[in-house]
Amino acid sequence: MKKLINKPEDVVKEELMGVALAHSDLVRVHFDPDYVVRVDAPIANKVGIVSGGGSGHEPMHGGFVGMGMLDAACPGAVFTSPTPDQMLEATKAVDGGAGVLHIVKNYTGDVLNFEMAAEMAQMEGIEVASVVIDDDVAVQNSTWTAGRRGVGTTVLAEKICGAAAEEGKSLQDVAELCRKVNGWGRSMGMALTSCTVPHAGKPTFDLPEDQMEIGVGIHGEPGRERMDLKTADEITEMLTEAIVSDLPFEKGDHVIAMVNGMGGTPLIELYIVYHKMVQILEAHGIFVARRLIGNYITSLEMAGCSITLLKADEELLRYWDAPVKTAGLRWGV
Amino acid sequence: MIKREDVITWLTCYRQVIKDNKDYLTELDSAIGDADHGANMDRGFNAVVAKLPSVEEKDIGTILKTAGMTLVSTVGGAGGPLYGTFFMRAGMAVDGKAELTPEELAGAFDAGVAGVQQRGKATLGEKTMLDSLTPACQALHESLDRGNDLKVSLDAAAAAAEQGMKDTIPMLATKGRASYLGERSIGHQDPGATSSFLLVQCAADCFGKD
Repeated sequence: MKKLINKPEDVVKEELMGVALAHSDLVRVHFDPDYVVRVDAPIANKVGIVSGGGSGHEPMHGGFVGMGMLDAACPGAVFTSPTPDQMLEATKAVDGGAGVLHIVKNYTGDVLNFEMAAEMAQMEGIEVASVVIDDDVAVQNSTWTAGRRGVGTTVLAEKICGAAAEEGKSLQDVAELCRKVNGWGRSMGMALTSCTVPHAGKPTFDLPEDQMEIGVGIHGEPGRERMDLKTADEITEMLTEAIVSDLPFEKGDHVIAMVNGMGGTPLIELYIVYHKMVQILEAHGIFVARRLIGNYITSLEMAGCSITLLKADEELLRYWDAPVKTAGLRWGV
Repeated sequence: MIKREDVITWLTCYRQVIKDNKDYLTELDSAIGDADHGANMDRGFNAVVAKLPSVEEKDIGTILKTAGMTLVSTVGGAGGPLYGTFFMRAGMAVDGKAELTPEELAGAFDAGVAGVQQRGKATLGEKTMLDSLTPACQALHESLDRGNDLKVSLDAAAAAAEQGMKDTIPMLATKGRASYLGERSIGHQDPGATSSFLLVQCAADCFGKD
């Protein structure tokens, strides 16, 4: 294992200390239990939005805490869900009296821990709504699995719901909006390499030089299918077509598109993917109204990418364009 | 009778077993999950053992509930809520008791397993912890009903848990992260069923010696 770390067990704590120093204008970091919270939280009469998940996906979620996006994020150990006590304390820290929305990625650990946290917060008299994001089209049959995983759409949901909360929408409205984003968003990812969890010390799976894994999630878990490596255009086509046919996206649709790097793929390659994706979408008569290209929801140093498409109406575009000021996303301010 | 010292010994012994099997559990989890089960359980049970001195004079229910709450707040992943719920529910079933009869111990196991089932929404045969815990509970009851003593009955439970654990190898995972692998989850032993077998084996080693 070759990593820029000190000790595997200190990775998350030391990263959080760096975040606290670097972004003290945006966030405070609370330790034991660990959570990242907006510097001005709680904001009276604003719905608080809390997300969280294992570490190793940076900038998600801690990098999305700030004005117009999340109020707090709970980082777990690398690739391990955070615990209910973290979520409960974060929920209390952001409750401004208008209730708190939990945005949860559909991974069993995240779902179980957030469920326990929501029960505990409700016992303490805080109104909590939870929306589970499950946008990964690589997982086909939800009857025989834990359901579709929550991946790229989570980033878009956090941005859009954050804007609605900032505007003063009610908990019910923000939760409804989050469900709409989840319903209209679809993602699929692929890996060129595995990644190494620091405390495991060796790659999570073994991927030969001439092979790739299609349909990976964001934890270095193997995907649905392993196949011979193909060109960027062919890979982009596989991902894009699977997404388009799933919703399905239709001629005349406007979309917010994200071409996301898994952590070990340079931007030069992500733009190649973006170019091909737009060509494919244009052939379908689908118009890319907004886009993000870069590393937003990563899997440590894994090489590969994911594509997320969110069908966008005027409401979603308006919230998308609203000001946001976080370490990971910033515009309009 | 099972005394609270035995329960403390059980938890302490399990911490050591987890430490010894940390890499093995992580290896099993690498194949069909996300390579964190060994490290998570190790972190959780170290925290449990650190808490034990503060409850060693309390009743068995309190000791088990404290273990459960500690696991919930230190393990994370799916294992935290599931093992945490197991110990909290088991503790609630024997609230206030300083000693347990074998039947009460079996009742506590039942309550714990029912909690795991409720929290994880899994049933037998889905390649989870339940595949070793459920047969272990059944074997424990059957053996006690036949009039066997605790030691014999816990050995039977551990044997059933071990068989249940091995039975997960050909199973298709339909819950948890392994389910995303579909057919590729077949042929691998479930890490949760493995750590659960170790828990029952540890109980057989620690209870009913006299």
